[in-house]
Amino acid sequence: MAERYVHLKIRRQDGPDASTRRWEEFRVPYQAQMNIISALMEIQKNPQTVDGKPVAPVVWESVCLEEVCGACTMVINGRVRQACSALVDQLAPNGEPITIEPMSKFPLVRDLMVDRSRMFEEMKNIKAWIHLDGTHELGPGPRESQAAQEERYPLSRCMTCGCCVEACPQYGPDLEFKGAFAINLVRYFNSHPSGAMQKNERLDAIMGPGGVQDCGKAQNCVEVCPKEIPLVDSIATVARETTKRMLFGWLLK
Amino acid sequence: MAKKQSIRAASGEVRRAIVVGGGLAGLMTVIKLCEAGVPVALFSLVPVKRSHSVCAQGGINASVNTKGEGDSPQVHLEETAYGGDFLANQPPVKGMCEAAPGIVFMLDRMGVPFNRTPEGLLDFRRFGGTLFHRTAFAGATTGQQLLYALDEQVRRFETVDVVDEHGVAIPGEKMVVKHEFWDYLSCILDDTGRAVGIVAQDLKTMEIRAFRGDGVALATGGPGIIFGRSTNSVINTGTAAASAYRQGAVYGNGEFIQVHPTAIPGADKLRLISESARGEGGRVWVPKDPRDRRNPRDIPESERDYFLERMYPGYGNLVPRDIASRALFKVCFHEGRGVFNEKTGRNENEVYLDLTHKDEAFLRRKLAGILEIYEKFVGVDPYHNPMKVFPAVHYSMGGLWVDFEKDARGSLKAASPRNHATSITGLYAVGEVDYQYHGANRLGANSLLSCIYGGMVCGPAVASYRQSLPASAYDLPSSVFERAEKRERDNYHRILTQNQDLANAENAYVLHKELGDTMLRDCTIERENAVLEKVLDKISELDERVKRVRVTDTAQRMNQGAQFVRHFENMLVLARVIAQGARNRDESRGAHYKPAFAKRDDANWLRTTLARHKGTGQVEFLRAFDYECAGERIHVTDQVDTSLVTPRERKYEQAGAASAMAKGEAAAAQKGGAISAVKEA
Repeated sequence: MAERYVHLKIRRQDGPDASTRRWEEFRVPYQAQMNIISALMEIQKNPQTVDGKPVAPVVWESVCLEEVCGACTMVINGRVRQACSALVDQLAPNGEPITIEPMSKFPLVRDLMVDRSRMFEEMKNIKAWIHLDGTHELGPGPRESQAAQEERYPLSRCMTCGCCVEACPQYGPDLEFKGAFAINLVRYFNSHPSGAMQKNERLDAIMGPGGVQDCGKAQNCVEVCPKEIPLVDSIATVARETTKRMLFGWLLK
Repeated sequence: MAKKQSIRAASGEVRRAIVVGGGLAGLMTVIKLCEAGVPVALFSLVPVKRSHSVCAQGGINASVNTKGEGDSPQVHLEETAYGGDFLANQPPVKGMCEAAPGIVFMLDRMGVPFNRTPEGLLDFRRFGGTLFHRTAFAGATTGQQLLYALDEQVRRFETVDVVDEHGVAIPGEKMVVKHEFWDYLSCILDDTGRAVGIVAQDLKTMEIRAFRGDGVALATGGPGIIFGRSTNSVINTGTAAASAYRQGAVYGNGEFIQVHPTAIPGADKLRLISESARGEGGRVWVPKDPRDRRNPRDIPESERDYFLERMYPGYGNLVPRDIASRALFKVCFHEGRGVFNEKTGRNENEVYLDLTHKDEAFLRRKLAGILEIYEKFVGVDPYHNPMKVFPAVHYSMGGLWVDFEKDARGSLKAASPRNHATSITGLYAVGEVDYQYHGANRLGANSLLSCIYGGMVCGPAVASYRQSLPASAYDLPSSVFERAEKRERDNYHRILTQNQDLANAENAYVLHKELGDTMLRDCTIERENAVLEKVLDKISELDERVKRVRVTDTAQRMNQGAQFVRHFENMLVLARVIAQGARNRDESRGAHYKPAFAKRDDANWLRTTLARHKGTGQVEFLRAFDYECAGERIHVTDQVDTSLVTPRERKYEQAGAASAMAKGEAAAAQKGGAISAVKEA
């Protein structure tokens, strides 16, 4: 058999200036069980395009390579996902070219790397934490039923990877919508007995401009979430809670 | 710093402590500093929520003894000391084991979704090196959940105002300021050799800048990437530790590198399959007949060799990692009995890790996180097919040497500025980057614990250190900082411009592959002196070739190529510490195993390896040194403090051997516990 190659078509850009945007094609030697990350790593060892033109190696973000950190999110063959779990054999069983682009909803840093700090900022606004009295010894936390834990655990696995907002028609640089991940976090913290003590503060934060009511119910988020977080359920739950708060909140104060 | 000094310097700047690294150890240090009223500047290579702690899977140890087995922090201490083959100083281990239940309760209060018992209590499972159910867990993504909990608390401190002496908020100043996507370059030392800040580089703009800090803590993780492919994240290059070592910090026990027995082989990374798979009943086996080509499901029980259970009936599949990895290596390498692979037509270096005898709903509840990784990356359903695994480099027991101070009970003295202090005054180390808690071999589920406990100790230690300072870094002349900044700028310029001779150029990524291949093959499970000499020669060769590296990227924005050259240069420095330490230590202890010196030799080697940098290619090994902490001169020797658990030979063939307390009645009770766990499934 002739030597096998992986054919990558990568969208590059040197910085925020969109005039440097371009496509470059690369061909790297195939290895068994290769993923997109290992293909990009091959480019680092010999950074030249398919025409033999020397170029700077492609820039991308990655950390864990096992789909728990969320860093290496990019758009591969048109679908937003983590590059580490994107396997070459599945994407291109017959050596088809694979296209790789950066996420489009965030400021571009360079090549495949974008700046997702807006998501982390949002987590401050919605108070995505349990308000602890301190880390000194105060005994165990509240007891929790197995059923409650099994409901909360899947919600806790959000990696802030950005898939849900990349796929969301309501989310964008010029739009206020906070995104499914933020709404899910409101549900997550409000469903914890101690977290529920600041429940209204979180609901208030997710009711204003860009809040849960901006969701257009496209349901793309739940389709692309790599951790299969029940985002549509979370949106429905939080929407119900905010409606209650809107109607009766002033009475309960 | 003297108490009368204001929280703001004359320049108006808030006097901060610096923490580098945002994994569990770094974040816990930050939280403790904030609680002590110390504002912090937190630096991280990546957004802290993406730190390598997310990769920890199985759980965190704490002897809460909710299963009526008679577990206690004392047993935890004994088993940790024993599992580490007695190379750990025991007072810090005692402190850690005693604090563990409180730590797990604190995490519980933070909202970590730990698995529960029917009564709503925390559930605990078994892990290696013990017979007790001691490991609290959140599915099989415990590290991720723990990191998120601490990340959330630190994020809250990003919204809390710094207040002055009168309780008045200082406009625009929050308790935590994060610098994410910043690379630590070096520590800034004043004329007396005291750490007064750091130089770091903004990876987006490549700007190099000096930061002042009263107290600097490195929580920068392990150096696994030195071995090429490992279970580590790509950021774990050990660059910060190597940089501190180059500046004079003593490095301890570098040769002790943990190889985890069960990982999935891969082209870019060896993905971990947690020990919790065995803790929940997983069994390791190979076919008795090495030529057996049948589907594993068709091989009857009687034709399987459950070799860990056979070799170590006392602990079975849950022997400590060093022992399990050596057994796997023996079966695959020396006996050629790895699983036969139809595609390659030979016995591959793989064994079965089998969970198929367990109920699927049970597995989904407790192990979904890791089984999902196997399914995604291998494409085989592990609920119904045995997984194929092989050992992989996983963790460094060694790291920057750090001090501790004992109290009258033989535990750690709370808030002593000596705790977690490196040999550079004012520089602290915590987490995998330190060498403190695990001796020659770490027990599973003790790393999350040591990171968090380390942070709980390091934070107050840095706060005490600040109290003792004669002068704040913020009151020093700016020339100290400008000099340090310039040195790093010059170094970066060198990387960008060195060797423009295309014909004679090296590529740092290619050199890294060569280093990784050598270290992985020759400096892991079995070590031989003649081979280690060749490893050292290879490192010397790479020391020469790295000077000819021509950087592949010269852009002034997110230049990962130039950054990698710097990290690789530092990897070479630590690789030598590891390989030379291994070459010197003519005994076998924990993860360090030499067939030619197969026994532990306490008479000659029950001592800490203390390494100090002597320039390129030279490591000085010390028996003693002096360092200064909070105005006190402290004499340090390589003697190990074994005052609490007397060293004895490890015998995992015998149930209960790991703890004197766990013999007799307790051991019988544990056997009952293990049986009831099987029944539960």
